[in-house]
Amino acid sequence: MSKSIKHNPFIPHTDEEIAEMMRSIGINSIDELFNDIPKEFIIKKEPDFEGPFSEKEMLERISNIAVKNLYYPRVQLHIGQGIYLRYVPAAVKEILRRSEYLTSYTPYQPEASQGMLTALFEYQSLMAELLGLEIVNSSMYDWSTALGEAGRMAIRLSGRKKIIIGKYVFKERLEVLNTYIEPMGGFIKEIGYTTEGELNVEELERNLHDSAALYVEYPNAVGFIMKNLDELAEIVHRKGAYLITGVEPTVLGLIKSPGEIGADIAVGEGQSLGLPLSFGGPSLGIFACKDDPKMLRNMPGRLIGMTEDVNGTSRCFAMVLQTREQHIKREKATSNICTNQALMAVGVATYLALLGRSGLRELAEYIFTLTNKAIEKFHKLDFVKIPFYGLPHYQEFVYSVKEMTADKVLKGLLEKGIIGGLNIASDYPELGEAIVTCFTEVHSLASVNNYISALKAVVRHE
Amino acid sequence: MSEDYRQARWPEPLLFEIARSNASKYKAVTWHDEMSYDRESIIESIPKSLLRENLNLPEVSEIEVIRHFTRLSQMNYSVSTGFYPLGSCTMKYNPVGNEEVAMMDELINIHPLQDVSTVQGCLEILYRLEKLLCTVTGMDRFSFAPAAGAHGEFAGCLIMRKYHLVKGENRKVIIVPDSAHGTNPASASMAGFEIEEVQSDNKGMVNVEKLKEMMGEDVAGLMLTNPNTIGLFENRIKEIVEIIHSYDGLLYYDGANLNAIAGIVRPGDMGFDIVHLNLHKTFSTPHGGGGPGSGPIGVKKRLEKFLPPPLIAFSPERGYYFEEPDKKSIGRIKAFHGNFLVCVKAYAYLLRLGWQGLREASEISVLASNYLLSKLKSMEGVIVPFDPELPRKHEFVVSFKKLLKDTGVSTIDIAKRLLDYGFHAPTIYFPLIVEEAFMVEPTETEPKRELDRYAETLRQIIKEAYTAPENIKKAPTNMSVNRVDEVKANHPRTITLSWKIYTKRIKSKEEGEEK
Ligand SMILES: Cc1ncc(COP(=O)(O)O)c(C=O)c1O
Repeated sequence: MSKSIKHNPFIPHTDEEIAEMMRSIGINSIDELFNDIPKEFIIKKEPDFEGPFSEKEMLERISNIAVKNLYYPRVQLHIGQGIYLRYVPAAVKEILRRSEYLTSYTPYQPEASQGMLTALFEYQSLMAELLGLEIVNSSMYDWSTALGEAGRMAIRLSGRKKIIIGKYVFKERLEVLNTYIEPMGGFIKEIGYTTEGELNVEELERNLHDSAALYVEYPNAVGFIMKNLDELAEIVHRKGAYLITGVEPTVLGLIKSPGEIGADIAVGEGQSLGLPLSFGGPSLGIFACKDDPKMLRNMPGRLIGMTEDVNGTSRCFAMVLQTREQHIKREKATSNICTNQALMAVGVATYLALLGRSGLRELAEYIFTLTNKAIEKFHKLDFVKIPFYGLPHYQEFVYSVKEMTADKVLKGLLEKGIIGGLNIASDYPELGEAIVTCFTEVHSLASVNNYISALKAVVRHE
Repeated sequence: MSEDYRQARWPEPLLFEIARSNASKYKAVTWHDEMSYDRESIIESIPKSLLRENLNLPEVSEIEVIRHFTRLSQMNYSVSTGFYPLGSCTMKYNPVGNEEVAMMDELINIHPLQDVSTVQGCLEILYRLEKLLCTVTGMDRFSFAPAAGAHGEFAGCLIMRKYHLVKGENRKVIIVPDSAHGTNPASASMAGFEIEEVQSDNKGMVNVEKLKEMMGEDVAGLMLTNPNTIGLFENRIKEIVEIIHSYDGLLYYDGANLNAIAGIVRPGDMGFDIVHLNLHKTFSTPHGGGGPGSGPIGVKKRLEKFLPPPLIAFSPERGYYFEEPDKKSIGRIKAFHGNFLVCVKAYAYLLRLGWQGLREASEISVLASNYLLSKLKSMEGVIVPFDPELPRKHEFVVSFKKLLKDTGVSTIDIAKRLLDYGFHAPTIYFPLIVEEAFMVEPTETEPKRELDRYAETLRQIIKEAYTAPENIKKAPTNMSVNRVDEVKANHPRTITLSWKIYTKRIKSKEEGEEK
């Protein structure tokens, strides 16, 4: 019996080649290769399904669905919370499209995969400088899961179950942390700020003795940077706990790094280093720690190291410390992670290489300047309240409109072509009908002015 | 047959070695008047104690960036460049048309927290893909939250835990076969379980009698790959399902590799309760040198309430929307909605294939695998473990135990020698139950000419092992670097994980020499 391929456009064999293969195996029908499967399970009837379509038809179909989205730049977009609208440089796109990276697997054979290994080593190195910590793994899935793993690592290292959280961590990230630590008996305790925008140190000290770690983000989910950031490590370490920081990495062009403030572990979201929004994925989980043997052994994720060939004649790179990983250690591994977000790390390495020290500094200064200009302009509106006015803000800030629900404000803005931010009224009732909005380097003062005109019109019910 | 193949070999320095201050000219931002006037005063408002003074990022020009990463890419083997029969990884062709979809502004310039009314297109794609995956697996509902297979397993194990906890039972154990992928026990352990391994029998399949003895009230469930990692279909699956279900345990299907059975049998029909899929394997999305992937987790109706958010629903009144998670949900396992663009590529792939095309992929992947095996079987030093007469599925495992004994050449040497001929090595030393394991997965997209060339090359390498084993030990010599010193890479005194560590080490070495 012969077989010919009628539907699958990616199978390269001719009918003759298929027949030859069957002959070589000694079968008359491909069905014979499935004879060992109990008959009762074999699918007999063709179910409802989509396709097959030509490449052109497929592209048309998906385009027709995709246009139902409202996307940048068709709208003015002002949402952040870990995923930020960035201009994606052509150089980053060009490198991400290279099929040599795109269509390779995890570099298990280092001799065949020096390209990926070197690029990932570059990523680890660039990120280590940015974070001020020596050891960075070659990626986790995203910020939230990197945080989950950091919580687990601190619990393993300390033998304690409590993770203290400085308030205003994005809700979904907190939920993920909880999911990750709960099976180990881990739990979260949240602490707040003084009116001066300092993390409440008294509350912190009260909680530390039985805590695995303190986790703080800068800027936090409402956009401000706590003023006593650089005083926390000492307090935390005195009580034998770990300091974990979460960062939006562009802020580090301007603000002290996790390493400089004494953090033991740093996590964050790499998407904001030159990658597209992508509806939130793929993104890039950043995970770093101090150069400490005990922490290193406990670290999750893949690590690339520099070495030589066996003759000692040329420098090369390889995956290292795989003895921590699931394929060797199985149930005793530091994490189950296998496939990660490697390609995104290459994109981020390209971005950081392109901008360099001065470019990143410039980017951070621009975002800081624009955010604070926007805050001033919003503050001048008599119908607007800004709860954390006066604190240093980066990229995001909270405002509310007097006598109008956040929902109504956002709907009104949307009608005027502006996605104005995120309604956080139910997450933080103490802030009232609060909206957290976001300004990045993609925006300008013109966008601020446009936003404000629209806001005025919404308030005037125009 | 020749070893004419040469991989590019660029003497490429690291960015830090070519950096010069002020070499970077790329403008990431544009300052307009009012902004530049206020720049200084606003930056000065930042408390001094928070300001960063030192940032040691290298500066290079744009042409150097492009050249650097392009040259590196040329030193990277990929599916686009050649045959990549890495077992358990399904390195099939990644259709370039699907990449076009993932570059559409309409899909990439979307923020995950936009109002649902503005992301109807994204939700429709996920909704449609979910329906297709339900049809392929026999599950009733999927969540796209997991970013990879292991992440799906973690979610699945949490579902098993929650399922029993809700009944008031704190079951402690998950059973995995000794042939299982490492992520299975690691995921179960992360979810708080103890792992018990069930041994394979002399057919390379789950020892059903042993399983029966191990099963009890304390066991939450079994994680199984079928076809298993030997490439064999677990044909006593019905008994296995009955044993686990008789104690109200759950059956977890590791669907990382569905490439032999998609369109032919469904995990749901076999009796599995929970399934994860690797879209970056069977569903053709590229692996990106290690990721991103996508590992959607699917369940039968009775377990739907335990799924992690987001779940997507549709009604004529509301359109597409995110369903409010059930109180019994295991909770969020990742922020936002999974690796969306990977899902889009998988949807594009299924649109191209249709049901019949999917079925053809399974048939031909199994044909190619058995074809290659038929060629390898007769080669000297090759042992086919377990019943050689049973057809393999999308992949097969042979052992070089005899070759090692005869010649001193081990599986890793063979793997390295294959590189010299322009082939990627197979997966080696996995599964753990086969000594000197050599696991080959040709996939349905590899031309027969390449399969033949691969078999012929392997024959030649085996011959070389018997005649000039010292040659093989030196392999590879045609790649961008010769065999890598992995011992040095891992040694505590020489381990170098970043440029920062490298410079620190050089400094301390120099200081040591001065003393
Ligand atoms: C059988 C099997 N299970 C699970 C996994 C894990 O999948 P991932 O790497 O996407 O986490 C893999 C892939 O490596 C696999 O082959």
